[in-house]
Amino acid sequence: MSAAGPILEVRDLHVAYGGIVAVKGVSFEVANGETVCLIGANGAGKTTTLKALTRLLPARGTLHYDGQSLLQRPPHELIGAGMTLVPEGRGVFARLTVAENLNMGAYCRRDKVGITVDRERIFGLLPRLKERAKQVAGTLSGGEQQMLAIGRALMSRPRLLLLDEPSMGLAPMMVQKVFEVIRSVAAQGVTILLVEQNARLALSVAARGYVMESGRITLTDAAPALLANPKVREAYLGE
Amino acid sequence: MTKLRNTQPALYWCGVALVAIALIALPLVLTLVGTAWVRITNLAILFTFLALGLNIVVGFAGLLDLGYIAFYAVGAYVYALLASPHFGLHLPFWIILPIGAFCACVAGALLGAPTLRLRGDYLAIVTLGFGEIVRILINNLSSPFNITNGPKGITRIDPLQIGSVEFYNSDTWLGILFTGPAKYYYILLLILMAVIVINLRLQQSRIGRAWVAIREDEVAAKSCGINTRNIKLLAFAMGASFGGIAGGMFSAIQGFVSPESFILQESIMVLSMVVLGGMGNVWGVIAGALLLSFVPELLRYTVQPAQQALFGRMLIDPEVLRMLIFGAALVLTMRFRPAGLWPESRHRQEFSGEHRT
Repeated sequence: MSAAGPILEVRDLHVAYGGIVAVKGVSFEVANGETVCLIGANGAGKTTTLKALTRLLPARGTLHYDGQSLLQRPPHELIGAGMTLVPEGRGVFARLTVAENLNMGAYCRRDKVGITVDRERIFGLLPRLKERAKQVAGTLSGGEQQMLAIGRALMSRPRLLLLDEPSMGLAPMMVQKVFEVIRSVAAQGVTILLVEQNARLALSVAARGYVMESGRITLTDAAPALLANPKVREAYLGE
Repeated sequence: MTKLRNTQPALYWCGVALVAIALIALPLVLTLVGTAWVRITNLAILFTFLALGLNIVVGFAGLLDLGYIAFYAVGAYVYALLASPHFGLHLPFWIILPIGAFCACVAGALLGAPTLRLRGDYLAIVTLGFGEIVRILINNLSSPFNITNGPKGITRIDPLQIGSVEFYNSDTWLGILFTGPAKYYYILLLILMAVIVINLRLQQSRIGRAWVAIREDEVAAKSCGINTRNIKLLAFAMGASFGGIAGGMFSAIQGFVSPESFILQESIMVLSMVVLGGMGNVWGVIAGALLLSFVPELLRYTVQPAQQALFGRMLIDPEVLRMLIFGAALVLTMRFRPAGLWPESRHRQEFSGEHRT
């Protein structure tokens, strides 16, 4: 893998819901193999940005993934290109079993052997899921569901993983575990764009961060510098 | 079933043979009771086609469709127009049935395309409107050009004919009398087998899995790389084409079609069959369709004698009582078996609340 040019490049992205402009000219980039976070308060436009990236919402601006424009491509093609979203609120198939959920993540793949290998690998990474493979996903705890959502996304063999608020609604213990998983996924070489309200945690796994406020990116820096920045400390770290 | 096939193959195949013999002998036995019952059975099979087709849309893909009978109407009218003196066309059925299925399929895609973003109640209203539009169109396409002959309907539709076998009269083969309806029964049975096999295969296919994903969570389905637009359109189109085939057979059997066969109540009836039997489970849907087809007919023949025997006279008009019992049976079933008589395992969980923690 060469690090020539960013894997994801966003320039002047605008997204509107009807008349309300939620994202007003956002630009950022993610380099190959990097973990980058997008932090900000509720309603800053973080999730909207991700939805625009994955073509779930119409948008204006330039979106380049792997050097190609994304704007003309339908959402279902992105997964084949290696870009997978873990949606906000987990979005597991509640009435399907854990194993069925994982298989659904490999929907676009035809290599049966590879799928089995990957499933075992994911069970190795997330042993809780293996214990509950035949259980219906809706019976899992919130944290386990988040793990399952990440596992399902990994089944598509992503090069770029987009995580939308993985800590949302989870107990602090569980949040730690989920972030451990994110760290080990990143360690395996998957590029990650992490959207989070929990700025401290997000900056602890990411190398760089962007701060988003009312639809604009107001600040960007390396993660340690952002953690030390007084404005960030005041606004997002509660100090 | 598969377990029995593996552990005791002899017993399994004996069972299969017994069912096959029973299905083959059924119309001959029913003829002895009355040819009317063979006709009722044929209609029940037609409604089973419809219920299985609607099950693809409602049960597999989770898209509520209240205008499904429109596709039945399209199939029926395509057959009627291409094989009757109305236009002077008399094409053979093996050409018309695929044309009918194709037209219904196109109608299904036409309904599906503008409703892709709709779900649940909103989709139900649009499909209801669509069903009514088709019926009203058929009712009024008699001027300035007479296409459908309006409310008078189309008469003298060609009956089925395969080789030298004509389906409108009786034949005696091997000393056994086969009436017209009995012969239709065998054709319908054959098509039914094919439809069941297609449905079971679909359910286990990649497309079937995609339907389940869309039914469960559309955003998650998209993020799994499922082309939700095409897969939803496919559900509408496939469901509709089953309706079209059923409609064509209906035309051939009845020899007469008119718009009043395709009213909203029929759509609701087919939906009741799917829901009562058990959404998503092919066998449940078949059970629901047969039950809702036969029970009202049985009541028609038993309500009057029962009142005579109990009270010595007619207290309630049999037609009223029949629908009253029928409605009460529906209410009770849904009260005590909310997921249907024979539900798919996933739907059962929804109603028993097993997955709530």
